[in-house]
Amino acid sequence: MEEKLIKDYSSPGRKGYSLPPLEVEESEFNSELSDYLREDVQLPEVSEVDVIRHYTALSEMNYGVDSGIYPLGSCTMKYNPKRNERVARIAALSNLHPYQPEAQLQGSLEILYQLKLDLAEISAMDEITLQPASGAHGEFTSLMIVKKYFEDKEEKRTKVIVPDSAHGTNPASATMAGFEVVEIASNERGMVDLEALAEALDQDTAALMLTNPNTLGIFEEDILKITEMVHEVGALVYYDGANMNAIMGYAKPGLMNFDLMHFNLHKTFSTPHGGGGPGSGPVGVKDFLAPYLPKPVLKKDEKKYYWDQKRPKSIGKVHSFYGNYGIMLRAWAYIKTVGGAGLKKTTENAVLNANYLKSRLKDDFELPYAEDSLHEFVLSGSRQKAEGASTLHIAKRLLDYDQYAPTIYFPLVVKEAMMIEPTETENIETLDHFVETLLTISREIKEDPELVKNAPHSTTVRKLDETEAARNPNLHW
Amino acid sequence: MDYISNTPAERNKMLKEIGLEAVEDLFKMIPKEVKADEQLNIESGISELELMRKAQLTAKKNKSIDQQISFLGAGAYDHYVPGIIDALISRSEFYTAYTPYQAELSQGTLEAIYEYQSMICDLTGMGITNASMLDGASAAAEAVAMGARISRRSKVLLPDTINPAYREVIKTYGAGAELEFINLNSEQEIIDPSLIEKEIDASTGVVVLQYPNFYGSIEKMEEISKIINEDKKVVFVIIANPILLGLLKPPAEFGADIVVGEAQSLGNGLNYGGPNLGFMACKDDRKMLRQLPGRIVGKTKDVEGKEGFVLTLQTREQHIRREKATSNICTNEALNALMATIYLSTMGKTGLREVGEQCYHKSHYLAKKIDQLPGYEVANKDNFIHEFILKVKNKKSNEVLKKLIQQDILLGFDLKRIGQEGILVCVTEKRTKAELDKLIEKLEVL
Repeated sequence: MEEKLIKDYSSPGRKGYSLPPLEVEESEFNSELSDYLREDVQLPEVSEVDVIRHYTALSEMNYGVDSGIYPLGSCTMKYNPKRNERVARIAALSNLHPYQPEAQLQGSLEILYQLKLDLAEISAMDEITLQPASGAHGEFTSLMIVKKYFEDKEEKRTKVIVPDSAHGTNPASATMAGFEVVEIASNERGMVDLEALAEALDQDTAALMLTNPNTLGIFEEDILKITEMVHEVGALVYYDGANMNAIMGYAKPGLMNFDLMHFNLHKTFSTPHGGGGPGSGPVGVKDFLAPYLPKPVLKKDEKKYYWDQKRPKSIGKVHSFYGNYGIMLRAWAYIKTVGGAGLKKTTENAVLNANYLKSRLKDDFELPYAEDSLHEFVLSGSRQKAEGASTLHIAKRLLDYDQYAPTIYFPLVVKEAMMIEPTETENIETLDHFVETLLTISREIKEDPELVKNAPHSTTVRKLDETEAARNPNLHW
Repeated sequence: MDYISNTPAERNKMLKEIGLEAVEDLFKMIPKEVKADEQLNIESGISELELMRKAQLTAKKNKSIDQQISFLGAGAYDHYVPGIIDALISRSEFYTAYTPYQAELSQGTLEAIYEYQSMICDLTGMGITNASMLDGASAAAEAVAMGARISRRSKVLLPDTINPAYREVIKTYGAGAELEFINLNSEQEIIDPSLIEKEIDASTGVVVLQYPNFYGSIEKMEEISKIINEDKKVVFVIIANPILLGLLKPPAEFGADIVVGEAQSLGNGLNYGGPNLGFMACKDDRKMLRQLPGRIVGKTKDVEGKEGFVLTLQTREQHIRREKATSNICTNEALNALMATIYLSTMGKTGLREVGEQCYHKSHYLAKKIDQLPGYEVANKDNFIHEFILKVKNKKSNEVLKKLIQQDILLGFDLKRIGQEGILVCVTEKRTKAELDKLIEKLEVL
């Protein structure tokens, strides 16, 4: 450990806080309540400076988008604009209690309403809920909507179809919503196999979950045929919005005849990932599904914005309040800053950057699918593996060069997968540097595979023993 | 304003490398029928100056809680947030990082989560804590689903003294897992243990209690715990308010199998209810651990024997187990967990208790004074910690609320919203004596 734990800074009696004096007289704890008082907690006893130094030291052992390229495929690690942070910290926008009267919140509700309208425009969906707090939460919400829709129609449908290239959250969400998951194989071009789809579709099918472009970065060119096939058996088509950064201004899920979808504000709309969250996963639906949205739904009449609580067909709530509002403020600031034409330009540059990287890397790494791709692409490290170092080793070696690694071993349909998504905010020098580094590593594997296999060498800790961590879990001090 | 660095010349160079002439050529695989042929109907982008002006002007249509005196709680709490929290989480190495997939370059996030897990274990008395859940309600819902999986039983006892929003979310998730819910109706703000005794049977998989409950009262934890423990298969889920656990006994002492709750109170602001911070802890038991949703950080060693941290036990998770995963959770509330960790470090051993005590004494001071006023009654005056039910006699409670709003006071959560009488009033350490006295004075003359 490069930096000791905060508890190890503890010194008995040391304090890092001060509170105003109590001012009021103390009230006795009656006999019943006093039974519930605890003796002690073991929290650290540290000073404010101890806390500042410790967490500053920890931050120095981390790497964010502000540190450099973060090419995690499917994660859309674009630059997080600082002005969005300023907006989210405006006191009159943030210091609000969820149960304040709506009359005191008209500014915030206006912002949320604008965000809703913009998301509907970008996606060609009719109604939006902002309540889900993450992408997976949006998936679950969507599948509960699907479930409720069929219950309402008194149809018993039990199956959800998921391609084998789908994000892991898709099948997991379907299970949580009580569906049986049917996985279908992709074809040799990395797309949905229409025959496999036709075979899987039947009267028990509730929905197909699809990402487009898919996790290989490939656009499903038969998308209209696919949505038609699903609709023919009376099922719904769900769009996983993780890859929206590939199509903004060029294509819309609604026009592809998807019935419902989720967005990832923390991917497409530039809000920071916070080391794993918070995110925000709004759901968009076509009109016929709007009655089933989680309650409440944000509405507007001539005079005011308000939360519509009277939703008899709603699936219910999925969050204590209205979702990750602080993230919505940032996404709103982003859309306002970039504007409609800017969003299209964003997509163009995301796709250009990805294709540039692919073009420069495709001779030295195996490209398992030759199809044109959009904002991300998948390489295989199998050639390098044959030479002595696997994709995992390549990823770890990248860290030595102060760059983050791509998503690895996903999608599962590619062996030794490296899924690369540079995003639009990287400049050409950064992209070139990333390419040069990967080419260097590829050369190192030929010349000195042990060097790569033993990476990383220069990080604060070297390769960590994950097997031991799982075998003998040490999960707290 | 966009955030594109590359110039047209650079873009042309890149296109040339790819072998294309125009950027539109990159999209030629998109079928014509689904192509958006018109520009997005969203206004043109604006500068930072314009954005800030727009945001500030819109903000003026709000009235934030620091422009008035707020006694609102009911699941979102206005506690003191030390200034150092925002300073530290504004370090971009923290907030612009992703989930720590590459552990060696993410030791900061990982070590902080390990500390968070340790402190939540300490507060709750439980053996295992995950890295965070989306919010308190979804954590409670996932705990119920986990309890049903472990007990392999589908009946859930759900008292009405649990936060109504949580009960709704629990039921939404329960509809997915096809659970059966038995509502237990309270008398005098707490659940009668005999009701649980009556309803619990061989099909009961989960019993849920909130501690303190939605009305601020403490249930008969010991008694209920004994009843639940008679059937070892039943999973006992306790929803706790962690900021009060500096003062109150850890839920583990009542035999909780899973403890969840909302940790927004720990150093996270209100933000109109989100992002919030769900926490989830369970007994140190392999069977439990295998069913626990979410990320978990563990301590291990590197190849040179140096200690470090990794995401561990990932075979429970969606990216590995897909449809067989314990949950679909991927993105969680890591930055909020970091805020809670910094909060708990700052307040420390004595500070957290002092916060709890101040909440207790201030809320009791207020409750006593109001209870003495004619026309008002505190329904649970003998049993509450920092939130109480105010009953208004001879007047409509929403009129009292409205009149006080005009005088810059938010008296509390109108229980009418959930079909009950009274107002739920919360007092945190942030309220001053002058503010409490002002409320008392206004109520007296109303």
